Amino acid sequence: MDLLYSIFADPFVQMAGAPDLLVQTVWEGFVGGILYALIALGFVLIFKASGVFNFAQGIMVVFAALTLVGLYEKGVPAFLALALTIGVMFVIAAAVERVVLRPLVNQPDIILFMATFGLTYLLIGLGEAIFGGNPKVMIAEQLYLPKGAFDINMLGGVVTLQKIDIAAAVIALAMIACLSIFFQYTRIGRALRAVADSHKAALSVGISLNQIWVIVWFLAGVVALITGIMWGARSDVSFALQTVALKALPVLVLGGFTSIPGAVVGGLIIGIGEKIGEFYWGPLVGGATESWLAYCIALVFLMFRPQGLFGERIIERI
Amino acid sequence: MSAVAEMAHGPATRAAAEALLTVENVSLTFGGVGALSDISFDIRKGEIRAIIGPNGAGKTSMLNCINGFYHPRSGRIIFKGKPRQRMRPYEAASQGIARTFQNVALFKGMSTLDNILTGRTLKMKRNFFWQLLRHGPAMREEIEHRIYCEEIIDFLEIEHIRKTPVGKLPYGLQKRVELGRALAMQPDLLLLDEPMAGMNLEEKEDMCRFILDVNRHFGTTIALIEHDMGVVMDISDRVVVLEYGHKIADGTPDEVKADRRVIDAYLGVSH
Repeated sequence: MDLLYSIFADPFVQMAGAPDLLVQTVWEGFVGGILYALIALGFVLIFKASGVFNFAQGIMVVFAALTLVGLYEKGVPAFLALALTIGVMFVIAAAVERVVLRPLVNQPDIILFMATFGLTYLLIGLGEAIFGGNPKVMIAEQLYLPKGAFDINMLGGVVTLQKIDIAAAVIALAMIACLSIFFQYTRIGRALRAVADSHKAALSVGISLNQIWVIVWFLAGVVALITGIMWGARSDVSFALQTVALKALPVLVLGGFTSIPGAVVGGLIIGIGEKIGEFYWGPLVGGATESWLAYCIALVFLMFRPQGLFGERIIERI
Repeated sequence: MSAVAEMAHGPATRAAAEALLTVENVSLTFGGVGALSDISFDIRKGEIRAIIGPNGAGKTSMLNCINGFYHPRSGRIIFKGKPRQRMRPYEAASQGIARTFQNVALFKGMSTLDNILTGRTLKMKRNFFWQLLRHGPAMREEIEHRIYCEEIIDFLEIEHIRKTPVGKLPYGLQKRVELGRALAMQPDLLLLDEPMAGMNLEEKEDMCRFILDVNRHFGTTIALIEHDMGVVMDISDRVVVLEYGHKIADGTPDEVKADRRVIDAYLGVSH
């Protein structure tokens, strides 16, 4: 009876008893969720256009952030470093297209997936060789990202909102909105969706696969850079960040591998779900639920909606 | 059909036709296995040219060479008077070659309209920043293309499935949407790979009508592969016959029908 009470009743009593804590928890989850969504977005972009699950997305986040900080440490002004990093992401995109995708065109998806494993280790090696393996501090201040926090008195308590979190949420949402419009309404966006569906048919209407691949990998690189800046500003820039990227998996399962809004909603569900789970139910099992709860949520979703919340329905006529 | 009519080259004048595409001594091999050997023929402006032959004769390989999916090992292909080197498919498309596929290649998750709009990809020139803003010249351009596509949809009588994801459509309609996407490219040369495969009689008749209309109203040159001999003999102006990668006959339907080697190839003969 006690156990049932502590699972089904006590957490809600706590929530009602301290609404300010609940708001704080939800906010933390919201910000975490937005960042998960950003990582998932990088996966979605590449998956949509080339059907490849890009395992290297996580390391691309780290590599982009490292490049930015590394350049700054070598004396390059912050915004020039930002521009140069975007340039580096373009070079990576072009190189991946030329060296990895082009020779492997028409190979089964699993081969391309394995190729992105290779890319992951290449980028880890390159990153360590050039910038060293030590954690670095993100140059948030130099990029005019806000510091400090708002303390809001509400619901009989204080809710603290970090300014950097607010900035992260605003920037992420703006970027997601731009990308959605881009995919839905522009010529290149339509071409991207076309390539995602059938390479052969896309070629026959005059879409250059090579060009499209460079574009999506570059876009994914830019998304990775922004993700890297935001994550880096909250903790620090280190190779440990890439394991966070694996959290994008349950997000993708939830949201669907091909949907941008799906990545956002999936990210928010996972982010808020795991924070609330950790705070209210975590103590029951001795804490540390954050590392696995997301995967459980995803498993439950898989049973009921295998294509994800917003994924394209799998249509196959036999 | 105002915009469509504008684009029409006028009635096809076959008598004075010059060659739009010439295939000269083309050979193609896959790892030592010959798929095409020493094939030569031409496609004249404004005609309907059929490529026929038993299964495995190399018909689809021939189309794939023409639109750049395959590159011939030797020989050359001259399009609009210019010989071309190792052309990529999207380059062929930008020069005015459109095609459909034997086993329908559509963008299954997208609607009929969006599928046909992708055919306009090469015709859209506006900077994509304008497109992002959905404003100004890009918006006008988008509307023009939309009108053009709606006309094609009317022409092919697929208004009712405009918004349906094509993956859900029956096979016959998918083939029609695929034709629509090719037409949206306003091609000079339209390659149709078995446009009537797997269709019932009624659908075949519709498709025949569309092919003839495209040829007559838009003056589009068409090369098609088809197994239904009745259809081939009815609608094509000239027929080239392949067998085991060799050309065995070339001429008007009547000439081809009377050719000994063609009869042997189709009916089988004891050598």
